[in-house]
Amino acid sequence: MTQPAGLLESMRLVVRRELTLAWRRWDEAAQPLLFYLVVTTLFPLATTPDLATLRTVGGGVVWVAALLSSLLALESVFRSDVEDGTMEQWVLSGQPLAWLLLAKVVAHWLLTGLPLVLISPVVGAALGLPVGIWPTLVLSLALGTATLSVLGGIGAALTVGIRRGSVLLSLLVLPLAMPLLIFGARAVSLALGGESATGPLQLLAAIFCLAWSLGPLAMSAAMRVSTEG
Amino acid sequence: MMADGAVLEARVINAWRGDRHVLRDVSFDIAAGDFLKVTGPNGVGKTTLLRVLCGLLPPESGEARWRGRNVAPHDPGFSAELAYLGHANALKADLSARENLAFLVGLRRRLAAPDIDAALERVGIARCGDLPARSLSAGQRRRLTLARLWLTPAVLWILDEPATNLDADGVGLAESLIREHTRRGGLVVAAAHQRLLDDDAATRRLELS
Repeated sequence: MTQPAGLLESMRLVVRRELTLAWRRWDEAAQPLLFYLVVTTLFPLATTPDLATLRTVGGGVVWVAALLSSLLALESVFRSDVEDGTMEQWVLSGQPLAWLLLAKVVAHWLLTGLPLVLISPVVGAALGLPVGIWPTLVLSLALGTATLSVLGGIGAALTVGIRRGSVLLSLLVLPLAMPLLIFGARAVSLALGGESATGPLQLLAAIFCLAWSLGPLAMSAAMRVSTEG
Repeated sequence: MMADGAVLEARVINAWRGDRHVLRDVSFDIAAGDFLKVTGPNGVGKTTLLRVLCGLLPPESGEARWRGRNVAPHDPGFSAELAYLGHANALKADLSARENLAFLVGLRRRLAAPDIDAALERVGIARCGDLPARSLSAGQRRRLTLARLWLTPAVLWILDEPATNLDADGVGLAESLIREHTRRGGLVVAAAHQRLLDDDAATRRLELS
């Protein structure tokens, strides 16, 4: 007699599968981080090496680079699974699709968002951001990239069935990402001015909670539409 | 596996692919122990019919019913009894045969290493267990997909061209898996161009045109 698989076990399997695949294709997995490092390194080269000037825009540069790099990674998050038929099997697995996709997005964030968050103090230092604002920088980026993973996941699930869906994806997700960018960059600039960044951080946390609680449902609804046909 | 009273009914199903009306008033019903072979030329809508039966594609009109209820993939009671083998193998090229099985079937049931060994043995690729799927031949990949089917606990099998890329021996394997399943009271619907249990008197046919 076979024992049915539990939900948590299935989600753990999905995460492990993503990590294994990324390990085998580390060059692809490292791309967003590389993009992030390249953009933030090129910026002072193209503008000015003067730390005082860089400091005033550094927070914004880090945030824009993080946003674009996350978007770049999100475009293909579901594509190969839909093309090779894995997604159909997930839809028909008897496990709630929203939870499986949630696990997939968690793994995706661990692979693309987390490294970017962890390396941002170094990038920040290179842009002249003082040590004192690192906690704000890291926290805001962690909340922002994690929220973006869900928002991008919804967009990716909607557009995965469409040829050349990547243009549509940016159009769909960028407006939703604007508040993140505004609050995130604001938090960094407030901290830089020596003020409390609690306000924008709380707003980021609120969007984070909203996205992670309702996002998976939207993702699974979008994915069902995309796999019809 | 509880197959008693299991009936799959299709009632005047109509479906469109783009602007083509592919399925016109398709009706049938099969009960426990039946094997239904769906035939017809390319593009006639065999895959469309199978996807409607899985609930992956809503029909334009008519309905597919499993145990008297409309099929829906988000109905866990239905999907837990269904095994679907699409024309895509759902394999990841970078994962080994063993890992592919573990990650896919693991969503359905608890799986131990001996189960996987037994499945690979059953489909005749026991020696390929640790090779990445990319280095398997097309036929071996199809066999691996049959191993997934064999491991999945399900009453209803819906198979899209299960014998694609298989050699004569492999077709025999697919036939014996289907026969084994129907003998245990399972239901099988398969679309096929090739020979597939053609000599078996119990095979029921649905010709789409």
